[in-house]
Amino acid sequence: MEHIVIIGNGISGVTAARHIRKLSDKRITIISAETEYFFSRTALMYIYMGHMKFEHTQPYENWFWKKNRIELKKGFVKQVKPFIKELVFADGDTLKYDKLIIATGSKPNKFGWPGQDLDGVMGMYHKQDLENLEKYAPNNKVCKRAVIVGGGLIGIELAEMLQSRNIPVTFLVRETSFWNGVLPAGESAMINDHIREHHIDLRLGVNLQEIKADENGKVKSIIIQETGEEIECTVVGLTAGVSPNIDFLKGSKIKLGRGVKVNRKLETNIPDIYAIGDCAEQYEAIGNRRPIEAVWYTGRMMGETVAQTICGNPKEYQPGHWFNSAKFLDIEYQTYGWVFGERGRPEYEEHFHWKHPKKHICITIAFHKDTKLFLGINTFGIRMRHHAFDKWLTEKRSVEYVLAHLADANFDPEFYKLHEKTIVAQFNQENNTDIKLKKRSWKRIFSY
Amino acid sequence: MKFIRIAGLYIFIASVVLFSATVFMGTYTLSEASINKSFSGKKARVTETFAAVAKENGVLDKTYYSQFTFMNDVKGLFDKHNKRVADAVAEETGISATETDKIITEASKSGSVVYTKELLQSILPEAKVNLLDGATNWMYSPGKTYDNADAFKNDLTNKINEINRSQAGEFLLYDNKYSRFDITERAATGIIADNKALFLFLTFGLGIIGSLMFIISGLFLKPIPGIKNNGIYLNNATNRGWVGIVVFGFLVAFYVLLYFHPYIIANWTNIVDPLKSVFIENGSASQWFLYGILYCVSMIVMGIRMFIKYRHNQYQMVRTASVLFFQIVFAFLLVEILPLFDLPGVDLKNAWPLDYNFLTDWNVKNYLAAGHLGKFMFFWGFILSIVIVPTLVYFYGKRWYCSWVCGCGGLAETLGDPYRQLSDKRLIAWKIERWTIYPILVFATIMTVVVGYNTYHIVVTPEVANDHTFLGINAYKINEWYGFLIGSIFAGVIGTGFYPILGNRSWCRFGCPLAAYMGIVQRFKSKFRITTNGGQCISCGNCSTYCEQGIDVRSYAQKGQNIVRSSCVGCGICSAVCPRGVLKLENGPDDGATRYEAPEVILGNNINLFDIVNENNNKSALYQVPEVMLEGKVDLFEMMKDDDTEDYSS
Repeated sequence: MEHIVIIGNGISGVTAARHIRKLSDKRITIISAETEYFFSRTALMYIYMGHMKFEHTQPYENWFWKKNRIELKKGFVKQVKPFIKELVFADGDTLKYDKLIIATGSKPNKFGWPGQDLDGVMGMYHKQDLENLEKYAPNNKVCKRAVIVGGGLIGIELAEMLQSRNIPVTFLVRETSFWNGVLPAGESAMINDHIREHHIDLRLGVNLQEIKADENGKVKSIIIQETGEEIECTVVGLTAGVSPNIDFLKGSKIKLGRGVKVNRKLETNIPDIYAIGDCAEQYEAIGNRRPIEAVWYTGRMMGETVAQTICGNPKEYQPGHWFNSAKFLDIEYQTYGWVFGERGRPEYEEHFHWKHPKKHICITIAFHKDTKLFLGINTFGIRMRHHAFDKWLTEKRSVEYVLAHLADANFDPEFYKLHEKTIVAQFNQENNTDIKLKKRSWKRIFSY
Repeated sequence: MKFIRIAGLYIFIASVVLFSATVFMGTYTLSEASINKSFSGKKARVTETFAAVAKENGVLDKTYYSQFTFMNDVKGLFDKHNKRVADAVAEETGISATETDKIITEASKSGSVVYTKELLQSILPEAKVNLLDGATNWMYSPGKTYDNADAFKNDLTNKINEINRSQAGEFLLYDNKYSRFDITERAATGIIADNKALFLFLTFGLGIIGSLMFIISGLFLKPIPGIKNNGIYLNNATNRGWVGIVVFGFLVAFYVLLYFHPYIIANWTNIVDPLKSVFIENGSASQWFLYGILYCVSMIVMGIRMFIKYRHNQYQMVRTASVLFFQIVFAFLLVEILPLFDLPGVDLKNAWPLDYNFLTDWNVKNYLAAGHLGKFMFFWGFILSIVIVPTLVYFYGKRWYCSWVCGCGGLAETLGDPYRQLSDKRLIAWKIERWTIYPILVFATIMTVVVGYNTYHIVVTPEVANDHTFLGINAYKINEWYGFLIGSIFAGVIGTGFYPILGNRSWCRFGCPLAAYMGIVQRFKSKFRITTNGGQCISCGNCSTYCEQGIDVRSYAQKGQNIVRSSCVGCGICSAVCPRGVLKLENGPDDGATRYEAPEVILGNNINLFDIVNENNNKSALYQVPEVMLEGKVDLFEMMKDDDTEDYSS
């Protein structure tokens, strides 16, 4: 029986395993050095915050794997020997495979800052990082202040985590406004306000110079490059992005770039070895996507795709229209299609921005300034229906069409105040149009 | 503000401690006045005899320092009272001992037994002859012959005892939890009885003030609205820690005392007498009034907590207002007010089979004795269960009842909200659920049929002999067992007492027959579903963790499937806690497929994007919905066996 070995038990590897099992009777082994069972990495923050226990982050009960004949092996793969199709583990153990899927995910970036390996310095990615945080920042008596370096999605989550235990947080962001490499200015500014509203000490446009140690080799303080200011702290969170976790593959003949190089079928340069998820790097970016996509959803899609290929139904990775979501403290964010921030914004992309006068609710719609083609939407504090936008993007609808049907797309819970009318009115006013908002139609919603 | 919060907590704890302590405070004295009040509905003879018996036994006017020693002495009085009354009544309207002896002597004086009506007429006055004639004419000679006098004596004294007992019936007292409670409550004297209003303030008043200080200060300490579940699993009160265990012990003890030994908590009912007096002058609260007050107070205080906690979520605000309205107006105020207009004090929203006494004889008699309005209320009970419940479930799902109207649900959604995460999400729990809730629905149905048959006989054909048995089951016995096992133990002791252990909906999930009934409708014929928003789920597990019904919401959401489950009560918390806006409670077209699944394309495995768009075909190989879901076969147990377990091995 063909033996499929998957390195990594994150969403990509586990999705691949589940789909291979659905489609075939092959022997499947998942290897992980991190945890015995699959858990949702995105939920680690909620364990520290006390919303959940670790067991709640495991989407499948422990009997699931045996029942579906998915073997689990705990161990750290030290070396891949592609020509004899063998894996070597750190403890000297070996494992033969017929087909190998590399799904090892990411690791936090470190940029060679002095002191970056001190006790009390950590990323927030692995389960071990969570255990570390629990050790160094169990409460605000032990941890007087934490400094977070890097203003991305993990950074703001770490800030929220620490804040849940009333630990003062200083948040160093290199950009002049939070996540403005991705978000348009108005939205980015709203998040800045929201972070400060939560009494998080947000420092924009600053870099870390060094982390200083006390006599025991523990974090004592950090120095800000631009101002030379020293901030005393107990914990430093390094959240300046992630990069593929592929060091163990160096020298293995598997072609590496920043990640494991793969074609559209997620095949590496070596037959029978595939790479999926955060660690995979496309030779050529797909559409507006980046060659490396460190996103939950893309990992899941790649897992499904590679399962098809391995089970005799070769498929290219076709991720469809871009979508993503996040939560910035109390503000939910969803995006469908492409809406660019200041950086990388094509000249034809025009934005329509609406913001609630008082609340943290806003949307930005991107459209082609000449053809009025709808390009994408960012929503903050309003939930929108994925199906609707996916279909409108596929059908290449105009911004007018999208606005006229916006009520269909609302996904807020029942009884919420709806804002479509004011949104459309503002658009009409700004663009001299006469779009009439259509009433929500169940018939249309279920055709999406 | 922090100080106010802490102070509120201490005030609340102090009020609870004092409330518990009142059980052991005060004294108990059985006096003529207290006896008169305890048996105010009964004849003067009862109170006089009971007082006399009490006096002879040295209980009258004696002061006891605990209800236990008091009851120890009082419980022996019932039998003595009954004997005294029965003997006295026998002399007057029954057959006295002298008369009995005389009949036996006369009947057997010839050596053999000769028992005739003439014999009776020679000894007894006419009224008594008629009594005995009716009961013993089958013993008359020569129709019946006795070989010896003892057999005759035996038959006769048995019958005479029966006659005497029925003559004395209205004067007899029974040693049960109700009479114990009535006596103890009125016999309470001393500090509590003398200062009811003060203690009402010190317990309920301070409890409300303290908890509101604790709750409302949170609004200022955490001024930004949003999901605030921080620390729930780090807190001893909400993670089955020691505080939770203490609360569990307190709640279970409360329910056991309330249902089975109410006399022990007679002081608590005395404390709420001033509130009862709002409805009736000098009213005396029963244990059920106490329960009603506690229920309403808990729901209002914890409802305010809900309003604050979920102030960003309009669905939760409206829903909480609704459960509070139905509890306060329907379950409490109307139940108190209707009897003032000579109507049955019933909870008009309480639908069969949750209202398991709907067809018991005393309930039906109550309705029928209350004129046209009473008859209409009886009729309303049928309409509610047979028409309104399933119709509204069709349009809105069972949430319209379970988390908008129901009293049990109302308590679960307010007082129980801090415990919702403790429900068991494992598959095994789901299996157990199916093996408890549906059999209980069957039990409730059988019980109702038997009881209804009995009631029909009693109400419609009272002249026909009736042994209260149908299908070989005694109506009173099955009603009593159901009430004990399901009504008291399951719904009360386990359903609420186990909040800090099993979560806040264990009754609704494992026991409630109405929930089972509505669940079947919801599962197979309803517009309600929880829609999953395409591919946005990140499998974080907040939805499953905070599902009070133990539904593994995530297992559907991460597959892009909608959630259509019989047990979902539509509380909307999964949607509220979702960090990515994935879940929405909706009532949409009930056209099979769209209710269950999301189009394939959204998960991203749109391998043939345009094929799928063109065909609009939801049945791709990867995410086939199990056939049982699409076809909707009505097989009670088959229906739960969807692919939740993701067992690909079979």
